[in-house]
Amino acid sequence: MSVETLNVIIALVKIILVVYVAMMVTDLILILAERRISAFIQDRLGPNRVGPQGILQPLADGLKFLLKEEVIPNHVDRFLYLLAPAIILTPALMTFAVVPFGDQITTYIAGHLVTIRFQIADLDVGILYIVAIASLGVYGLVVGGYASNNKYSLLGGLRSSAQMISYELPMGLAIISVVMMTGSLRLQDIVVDQFGMWNIIRQPLAAIIFIVAAFAETNRLPFDLPEAEQELVGGYHTEYSSMKFASFFLAEYTNMITASALIVTLFFGGWHVPFLHQANLPVLWEQIIQILAFVIKTGFFLFFFIWVRWTLPRFRYDQLMNLGWKALLPLGLLNIVITAAVMAL
Amino acid sequence: MLSQYIPVLLMLVIGFGFAAVTLIMTHMVNPRVKEPIKDSVYESGLPPQMEARLRYPIRFYLVAMMFILFDVEVIFFYPWAVVYKKFLTYSSFIFWEMVVFIAILFAGYLYLFKRGAFKWE
Repeated sequence: MSVETLNVIIALVKIILVVYVAMMVTDLILILAERRISAFIQDRLGPNRVGPQGILQPLADGLKFLLKEEVIPNHVDRFLYLLAPAIILTPALMTFAVVPFGDQITTYIAGHLVTIRFQIADLDVGILYIVAIASLGVYGLVVGGYASNNKYSLLGGLRSSAQMISYELPMGLAIISVVMMTGSLRLQDIVVDQFGMWNIIRQPLAAIIFIVAAFAETNRLPFDLPEAEQELVGGYHTEYSSMKFASFFLAEYTNMITASALIVTLFFGGWHVPFLHQANLPVLWEQIIQILAFVIKTGFFLFFFIWVRWTLPRFRYDQLMNLGWKALLPLGLLNIVITAAVMAL
Repeated sequence: MLSQYIPVLLMLVIGFGFAAVTLIMTHMVNPRVKEPIKDSVYESGLPPQMEARLRYPIRFYLVAMMFILFDVEVIFFYPWAVVYKKFLTYSSFIFWEMVVFIAILFAGYLYLFKRGAFKWE
């Protein structure tokens, strides 16, 4: 077996482990966590009947989605209507490809010395890849809203596209100030660069802008205007049912995982654990602790997403646009100038 | 160089395959009963009025235009940001260069602001 085929096999194993096992299990946990935490915040119990403490509830939900009737109304644009859930789910799964969830280990497999990186694709242009693929998700919403041929869906699709492209700008500006500090677009370099001091301390303004924009990009409260129930019923997924409806939510939760992982990677040191090197642990243990640290940090931000959702009320649309264009965009530019000036001094 | 992208390609195939297989599988499994009322447009229980594809506010088009303008500027920042740290060791020209660029960009922003492009009511 040649080294190339071995590398492809390793990549496949990583993709299946990360995409299918880790992401899907986290999605299931998130569905339950969202309902339990919202119940806790609103002082009720939440689902606790299926399995101990309700841990089997997401499986029951999934089974229900699978077996419910799938209504494809006559008035829809059939091809685009069926394509939209797949379009929205694919970029959501793909963005995670460049996020490093650990360092790397070197071992012998089948007689070859192989370096296994804890990252699916180690691209030199990692950040650009994320910005590019993440914005493809907009197509899913717009196509879904348009194909449904329903007023609520169309308005929801329009609103969400306007919102997502508006907040992509401040997000890009926040990333640029991080890239300036590192001098590289590779995410692994950005993590290594934070060994001395995490970016949250060096770039607090960029971190705040990025986190706010991440909430808007994932369509979570307080920015969930596209599916504001009181005015738009379900927004772009009003006419969807069964598994197609579920895939919109799966995409939302997957985007949330990627957004949390990105916040951690860019501003909270990624898989880096302070003072771990001084403990002189065996290499394997060090790697495991680093991966665990990444999971815990990401888990905290996932909890933060849910926490904010059930605490803050929804913005009005003009407030949302004002925040994006009049506050975050100039602040992002200002942050770049400040960073550049401080580095030039 | 290009071999970096093999995992991305695999990811695309597996990701789209996953989405397609799940959707097709449910399509085969779940029951379907055709009824005329189910096929009608959902409008909170009222008989649907007019086509859904109405004329929509021009503001959405304007937002898309502004996005393209500013996003292109943001893309220009990336190569600059990558070399910034290294270039600074030679001279501070790169800093003033970008100050001029941002000033021109900000002038355009102020123009849009004054023409009321960011007004939502």
